[in-house]
Amino acid sequence: MIARILATAATEARIASRNRWVAIAVLLMLVFSLVLAAAGSAPSGALGADRLSVTVASLTSLSVYLVPLIALLMSFDAIAGEVERGTLPLLLTYPVARWEVLLGKLLAHLGVLTLAIVAGFGAAAIAALFTDAGAVAGLAALWRLTWSAVLLGATFLSAGYALSALARRPSAAAGLAIGLWLGFVVLYDLGLLAAIVADDGGVFTTRVFPVALLANPADAFRLFNLAASQATAAAAGVGAAAAAIPLWQSLLSILLWPVAALGLATLAFRKVTP
Amino acid sequence: MTSTLTISHLTKTFDGLAALSDVSLHVAAGERVALLGHNGAGKSTMMKIILGLIAADKGDVTVCGAAPGSAEARAQVAYLPENTAFHPALTGLEQITHYLRLRGESPGQAIGLLDRVGLGHAAKRRIGTYSKGMRQRVGLAQALIGHPKLLVLDEPTSGLDPVSRRDFYALLDGLAAEGAAILLSSHALTEVEARTDRLLILSKGKLVASGTMPDLRRDAALPVALHITPCNGYAPDLMAAFPGATLLRGDVHLTCAQGEKLGLLAQIAAQHSKVADVEIIPPSLEDIYSHFSRRDGQ
Ligand SMILES: Nc1ncnc2c1ncn2[C@@H]1O[C@H](COP(=O)(O)OP(=O)(O)OP(=O)(O)O)[C@@H](O)[C@H]1O
Ligand SMILES: [Mg+2]
Repeated sequence: MIARILATAATEARIASRNRWVAIAVLLMLVFSLVLAAAGSAPSGALGADRLSVTVASLTSLSVYLVPLIALLMSFDAIAGEVERGTLPLLLTYPVARWEVLLGKLLAHLGVLTLAIVAGFGAAAIAALFTDAGAVAGLAALWRLTWSAVLLGATFLSAGYALSALARRPSAAAGLAIGLWLGFVVLYDLGLLAAIVADDGGVFTTRVFPVALLANPADAFRLFNLAASQATAAAAGVGAAAAAIPLWQSLLSILLWPVAALGLATLAFRKVTP
Repeated sequence: MTSTLTISHLTKTFDGLAALSDVSLHVAAGERVALLGHNGAGKSTMMKIILGLIAADKGDVTVCGAAPGSAEARAQVAYLPENTAFHPALTGLEQITHYLRLRGESPGQAIGLLDRVGLGHAAKRRIGTYSKGMRQRVGLAQALIGHPKLLVLDEPTSGLDPVSRRDFYALLDGLAAEGAAILLSSHALTEVEARTDRLLILSKGKLVASGTMPDLRRDAALPVALHITPCNGYAPDLMAAFPGATLLRGDVHLTCAQGEKLGLLAQIAAQHSKVADVEIIPPSLEDIYSHFSRRDGQ
């Protein structure tokens, strides 16, 4: 079982590097992280936070958009591509379970994504440490951001596999992936914001809103990192209600989402007849 | 002999269209069986059902004592799909290594397998740069992994040059001698006749014939043709002697049932002074095949 998962992961990693996905992902994360680090290096004085903590706050906002995007771009083709190339029937006659195939792909893609995240965050951290000796205080926050970004990536990679299995055609899967990204990362928050404004501090804001934030892996990720670094009010925009959510709840959400998404992907993949 | 593959009363319908109806057959260990049939006869569909890729509507299929597609069956069955495809970014060596690992075999065998199908020289090139026949050989190489008990090969020789075809059948002989059961589909009648033990003919999803080539030849009982070359000027005499004969470019053409062949030859021998030459033309493979394949009024 382990051998088959690792074999799949090794082959997928090779394909990802030949398709330039490793280079593209690393480059994207590096460029955006360094741009943010440069923007954050203007003297901010009054804030009182160390430079790295400030960088982590902006990296959090960046990751909410960029990590799901890269993850979906890497994963939407995973099953639909095999269907289109005609490689799936043969694969499915091998003594390998479908969940093993998915887990192998996930390991490889997550490896690439982790590499990109570490490169990007690492570069930003070095820039911060270079200009501010006190920045070591932010290392804990950076570490937390790194592993939670990897979990966020795992969630959206798995979601991408699920869409890929549902769509069965790469072009349709790409459309669904973009839709999912827009929905979860952009429209979801806009919708919540609009609802809060309309609700004006009523039952939606106090009861529904916190649950809605936790139900979205991207929001849970943002919540977790900002709450942990106590910068919620500054960056989240929807301060008070979000700050009231205990840390363990957002932690639970970011831990459960990858498992749930992979489960959904496996179910969707089971339904694919080659 | 034990039966490696047993199919009984298999039926499969796609949206009201019967792809397979009430097909029963078996393939024994060490047997090479060819599956013939017109385009859309249901050959590939049957193979996919044997592999558990698609489910049957009715009927029983037993593969090496297990259900099709079960982990037990998959561990013992090798498949070569109709249109073999691989990831273009991988090299032949990497692709075969991957398949070896999935079957729990040592990756070190990869180069040996590629050599067996004559791809050793291209092992380190990407499959995207391979020709069609070379891709087909990668497909063959993966089907040889780990002594499978049953090989299901969908048009294995399509895209192969004549020499490679001969090498391929030599490989099959070796596998069958080791006890593997082989079911292959093909449109190449001559090679299939010479290199397999038994033929199955599917027509519109029905199994219309099964047996060795001599069996089928006998069952079809197609007429034999005789061509007589008359001595100068004797054509009209011969035409008169054999009512029902036709004259074609100076030759007298006759047909008769298998059983009447010797009697007719004796009659021709009686006219030997007027006959320059006689040729007996048995029904061709194509004739026999069409006889079975079209029997349902296609
Ligand atoms: N997935 C499918 N959906 C609907 N119909 C199908 C499907 N697969 C096969 N068929 C139909 O089933 C019939 C048998 O197809 P099959 O592919 O088994 O033919 P074949 O004997 O392999 O033909 P060929 O010699 O061209 O490869 C055809 O009429 C085909 O249209
Ligand atoms: Mg076919």
